[in-house]
Amino acid sequence: MGIISLSAMLVAALIGIAIVAGIGENAVFIPGLLQGAWLTVQIAVVGCILAVVMATIAALLRLYGPAPLRWLAVTYVEFFRGTSALVQLFWLFYVLPDFGISMEPFTVAVLGLGLNVGAYGAEVVRGAIQGIQRGQWEATTALNMTRWQALRRIILPQAFVAMIPPWGNLFIELLKSTALVSLITMTDLTFRAKTLNDYSFKTIPIFTLALLMYLVLSLIVTIGMRRLEKVSMRGMVRGQGRT
Amino acid sequence: MIWSWNYTFEALPIIAKASIVTIEATLLSFVIALVLGLVLAILRMSGPTVGWVTSAFVEFIRSTPALIQIFFLFFVLPKAGIVLDAFTAGIIALSVHYACYCSEVYRAGLEAVPRGQWEACTALNLSSWNTFKNIILPQAIPPIVPALGNYLVALFKETPLLSAIAVLEMVQAAKSLGTENFRYTEPMTIVGVIFLVISLVSAAGIRWLEQRLNRRSVR
Amino acid sequence: MNATTEHPMVRFEGVTKRYGALTVLDDLNLEIKRGEKVAIIGPSGSGKTTVLRMLMTLERIDGGVIWVDGEPMTHMQKNGGMVPAEAKHLRRVRSKIGMVFQHFNLFPHMTALGNCMEAPMTVLGLPRREAEERAADLLNLVGLGEKKGHYPAQLSGGQQQRVAIARALAMRPKVMLFDEVTSALDPELCGEVLQVIRKLGSEHDLTMLMVTHQMGFAKEFADRVCFFYQGKICEQGVPKELFVAPKNERTQQFLRAVLEAV
Repeated sequence: MGIISLSAMLVAALIGIAIVAGIGENAVFIPGLLQGAWLTVQIAVVGCILAVVMATIAALLRLYGPAPLRWLAVTYVEFFRGTSALVQLFWLFYVLPDFGISMEPFTVAVLGLGLNVGAYGAEVVRGAIQGIQRGQWEATTALNMTRWQALRRIILPQAFVAMIPPWGNLFIELLKSTALVSLITMTDLTFRAKTLNDYSFKTIPIFTLALLMYLVLSLIVTIGMRRLEKVSMRGMVRGQGRT
Repeated sequence: MIWSWNYTFEALPIIAKASIVTIEATLLSFVIALVLGLVLAILRMSGPTVGWVTSAFVEFIRSTPALIQIFFLFFVLPKAGIVLDAFTAGIIALSVHYACYCSEVYRAGLEAVPRGQWEACTALNLSSWNTFKNIILPQAIPPIVPALGNYLVALFKETPLLSAIAVLEMVQAAKSLGTENFRYTEPMTIVGVIFLVISLVSAAGIRWLEQRLNRRSVR
Repeated sequence: MNATTEHPMVRFEGVTKRYGALTVLDDLNLEIKRGEKVAIIGPSGSGKTTVLRMLMTLERIDGGVIWVDGEPMTHMQKNGGMVPAEAKHLRRVRSKIGMVFQHFNLFPHMTALGNCMEAPMTVLGLPRREAEERAADLLNLVGLGEKKGHYPAQLSGGQQQRVAIARALAMRPKVMLFDEVTSALDPELCGEVLQVIRKLGSEHDLTMLMVTHQMGFAKEFADRVCFFYQGKICEQGVPKELFVAPKNERTQQFLRAVLEAV
């Protein structure tokens, strides 16, 4: 979908929220839901930052690190991709206290989601780096660059552009996964919606509003990533420099 | 203590029983998702209005959390007079959610079939149904099987969401054991390990399948 | 060392390269004098591209030693014997060699100027102003002065290849390698690239080694032509002799086939 269609959907979703809120007494749900949405955004942002950091470290270790670190990176990726996000959150939330480690729910949320999405991200980063044509590496050899110089100045900048669309998808996955933190007592958008529903039983408007809010956030991420891709490409053509 | 084997052996039968629920939920949801996904993919390709509405629906479901969709169905359906137990409601929600993912995969597979194949069918005067069933689908499906397989594994890993509406699958079982015995370590770890093992085995299986399919097809 | 007996600029001493069971280069001995222009021709699979790639250290050597400007590159003298070169040594000697590739391999995320400035700044540590001046001069040399702000995607194949040449020259190499640099170009764009190479040959004291299918160009430009066949030099000599009256039968076969294709 082009940026225009996406923006149109975004506007439609916002209008949808306004309309649903305008019916009857539904507006009374808005403040609570917005507070929940704010917490959702905070968890998502911090989680995404952690995910990107973990993914980059894991990918670079896997590609260029010494054997033990490479093994560590592989284990991290396979482990967090292989287990369920909710199980990971529950494990951090319920099991660690058994060992005397108790963390704030916010920390648990960010850690669990960040590590989880970071593992998927590691494969995205690795794929993007490996997708850069061999000729680019050979050109750096011909110009007598060290491997690190080549990575830093030539390979990674190109890999960065290639990574943006898949990372966009991962960020949205993380955003959706924040709903899970409602199950470890965090008062995010999903938690608020559920609580409001428990009290008032006005299920349809409440959950519709919540869904529309998630949609709005999701579209903001997608549009943002598209713009980022456009800005980073700066003279390059889609698919250029990649195998 | 770090680990109690006694507790572990007590927990295993309960978790084993719950794992059956997990597996049932996974397989049922996936089968429905596969069929529904194909329907959605076809709808998307048929006509401007129907196509647009279907696209909007699919995007909406894909962009919002499955958990809310599960809550929505669980709490809304009774109001419409349809009383379903948590398991059924949960299955429906997961099926619809993953049907939308699958529809994207089907769409990619269908679009990858060269235009010329469709045109040859028109030239040979084959009916739409025949074209689809005998020519297009057999070419579209094999390349996307690994992607569908990945979604099967993903669905399996999302069944714990059903614990939020008290379906007694593995994670819910672990939680109950934890609450009863004031200790979560053993049950949660067991469940985690089961997920990990099944996930790794399936991933290997999908890779094997992918290699077999690639060998057969002419690329 | 006797200053009048000049050592060869490049020397392949008993060089062998294998890919598994396949021997691509078989005990190759080849010397190239300073300032000499050598064209390497031959059928595909003859090992001619491998010669260039090994000199540029893009492939590892399986046997023998490669010497550059009087010192070993792939190996180093240690305790009176030859050991495989350490990375630092390799890089130091390798800096005398530059290469232009068949598929240009320009950096797509940088302008033409940026491409030419990158290595001098990053590797040689040149300050930005100086690197920019050098890059601009070289782009003028190859006739692309006004295109320096363009990205590779905005340039034609011939223009991209000329930028690639300027980029390689920016490192001031003593030896320039050209790996089938016109093979990926539309025929009408070859001329501009060959013209630049001709100019380099006449105006600068560069040692040039080129793998090419452009027989006409090789005939008028090269000082010496080497015909490779199955990993060995089958025949070599002055272009006038080799092209007009080849001694070896395989050379004759090859030249006949090539001329027929024209």
